[in-house]
Amino acid sequence: MWHTIEFIFPYAITFTIPLLITSLGGLICERSGVVNIGLEGLMIIGSFAGALTISLLWPAMGAGQESIAIWVGLLVAMIAGALFSLLHAFASINLNANQVISGTAINMIASALTVYFARFITGSGNIQIVSGLRRFDVPVLSKIPVIGPLFFTQTYASTWLVVGLLVGSWYMIYKTPFGLRLRSCGEHPHAADAAGVNVKLVRYIGVMFSGAFAGLGGALILVTYSGEFSGSVAGLGFLALAALIFGQWRPLGILGATFFFGIASTLANVSQVVPALERIPGLILKAFPYVVTLVALIAFSKSSQAPKAAGEPYDPGKR
Amino acid sequence: MTIKLPRIPRAVTVALISVFLGLLAGAVFMLVTGSNPFAGYTYLFRGGLMNIERFGNTFATATPLILTGLSVAFAFKTGLFNIGASGQLLMGGLCATAVGLTVVLPKPLLLVLMLLAAIAGGALWGLVPGILKALFNVHEVVATIMMNWLAYWTVYYTIPAYFKGEFLETESRKIPDIASLRVPGLTEMFDGSYINLGVFIGILTVLLIWVILEKTVLGYELKAAGFNRFAAEYGGMKVNRNIVLSMTIAGALAGVGGLTLYCGYAVNIQIGILPTQGFDGIAVSLLGANSPIGVLFSALFFGLLHSGKGFMNAMTEIPPQIGDTIIATIIYFSATSVLIERYLDKIKTFMGNRAFKKANAAEQEVR
Repeated sequence: MWHTIEFIFPYAITFTIPLLITSLGGLICERSGVVNIGLEGLMIIGSFAGALTISLLWPAMGAGQESIAIWVGLLVAMIAGALFSLLHAFASINLNANQVISGTAINMIASALTVYFARFITGSGNIQIVSGLRRFDVPVLSKIPVIGPLFFTQTYASTWLVVGLLVGSWYMIYKTPFGLRLRSCGEHPHAADAAGVNVKLVRYIGVMFSGAFAGLGGALILVTYSGEFSGSVAGLGFLALAALIFGQWRPLGILGATFFFGIASTLANVSQVVPALERIPGLILKAFPYVVTLVALIAFSKSSQAPKAAGEPYDPGKR
Repeated sequence: MTIKLPRIPRAVTVALISVFLGLLAGAVFMLVTGSNPFAGYTYLFRGGLMNIERFGNTFATATPLILTGLSVAFAFKTGLFNIGASGQLLMGGLCATAVGLTVVLPKPLLLVLMLLAAIAGGALWGLVPGILKALFNVHEVVATIMMNWLAYWTVYYTIPAYFKGEFLETESRKIPDIASLRVPGLTEMFDGSYINLGVFIGILTVLLIWVILEKTVLGYELKAAGFNRFAAEYGGMKVNRNIVLSMTIAGALAGVGGLTLYCGYAVNIQIGILPTQGFDGIAVSLLGANSPIGVLFSALFFGLLHSGKGFMNAMTEIPPQIGDTIIATIIYFSATSVLIERYLDKIKTFMGNRAFKKANAAEQEVR
């Protein structure tokens, strides 16, 4: 049993990290008052931009320097995601468009356009990278009993980057003046406006955070476990959205929710090779996160912590 | 002297401008990849229309879009956003395929039974978000997204377990001719096209939905709930019941779309794909201004884009994803139609001012 858990954990963490960072971006975006169901599309953009950058830079790097290409790729993925999210920001902030429709358009444009360009570039619609990030054991910490094998062996550097971003985001949201403004724009934009906050600017920043983080999430899938851009992130953007709701729009909540989803998905993926899991039908494990989210929605329906103004266009004349 | 043009409704103008902008964006993407957009569009439209067979294929491609478009539009009328047409379509298709592969009956009876199965499968996938919305105020967008993935995984595990294909684990067995919406007469008439009875189902459903929305009490109540839920409640309408009903009917419509897709347009169902027809349905509905007739025309247009893109890809270097890109761009322009309307208003004011000045000048001269 212990062996199984030890075996599963690194995979579960690897699967959790892209979800976590995407969900965190969605959190910042919705806290500013803009609903973003375009996370899936923004992840695809990140995956595309990352794959393209890495595959172009790789040959130019000297021996042993290739990992620089990966990190540049992740950075480009973030920038590309942030830029692409401006489409959503412009529609929902400046034009008071229906944010759900705009988000749907983002998803559709991203998946169609990236494959369109990928086919133009490579001919097949897929972009492969030579190699992803390497796993390593964290020195000293990996020697701690129980915790060491679970959390500090076979880790990626990107995992620690995302954990850092999570802590930083938590600090930003709850402990800085900007975080206060961000939350106030999502709860009561008129009051924020009256207090001198530039609601539109804050919302733009919120949306761009979601673009950058989702872009990073998409690229992390690429450099950790998939190894190629294929025009889809298999619904992980929507799963991140589910985690955001299940985690009730709180950073620690989404950490728990995404890790939970990460374990559930990993169990479903490895259930073929782990005897203890063979008896559980794959459908139940795969359907689990979605059913849990629906149940959570019912359970929290009376006390939902959703930002009150999320999804509402800000109309200064409406008091 | 001014020539009076027939008044074109605002919605039609906006839709046409969105289409134009979408095609323009497509042309830009073709240019970026070094192709000639003029040639691209020529092949795209020829690919969908150049002979009777391709004409039939365009209809067959448009059929599921008519039904998913109606599904989204119907829910919109009640103020609900059905983003789950993909999942409902999958479940409708799965149920219809299951019946088609297992039940032995004469063709007409079998097809009716498959239709009922598709309706049941889709309706169930609409019913759940409807109930969650009515009883617990769970937002239907999130609920239907979750239902999409539940449908995806249900199909993913059901097909290989019970209806595995002969050669591939990732698709179902081919449905027999007796369970297909394709009929020899129609196929011959359209020169071997995969047009099928689904197109009649689609057109009849358009009429049915138009009648329900415009001519029945139910339609009036559904629309009232969409305009103002509280006013409808105050007026004594059972809004919660109507929300459930609206989502269930929307689900059933998309489910029938699954029948026409997997047992008419295609001959089997593949796993691991969340069909884009569900999301295209949102575009169809928006472009058609949520009206059944508008849905019919915009579905035919999108069907044309989809059925012509293969030919375009064969004749030019342009990847077929340009069709999806154009559709996606059109949704974006529909979502931001405020911008278009703003410009239309400006043009109108400008023209109005000019006409006013002209009239003034003419008056001066007379004096």
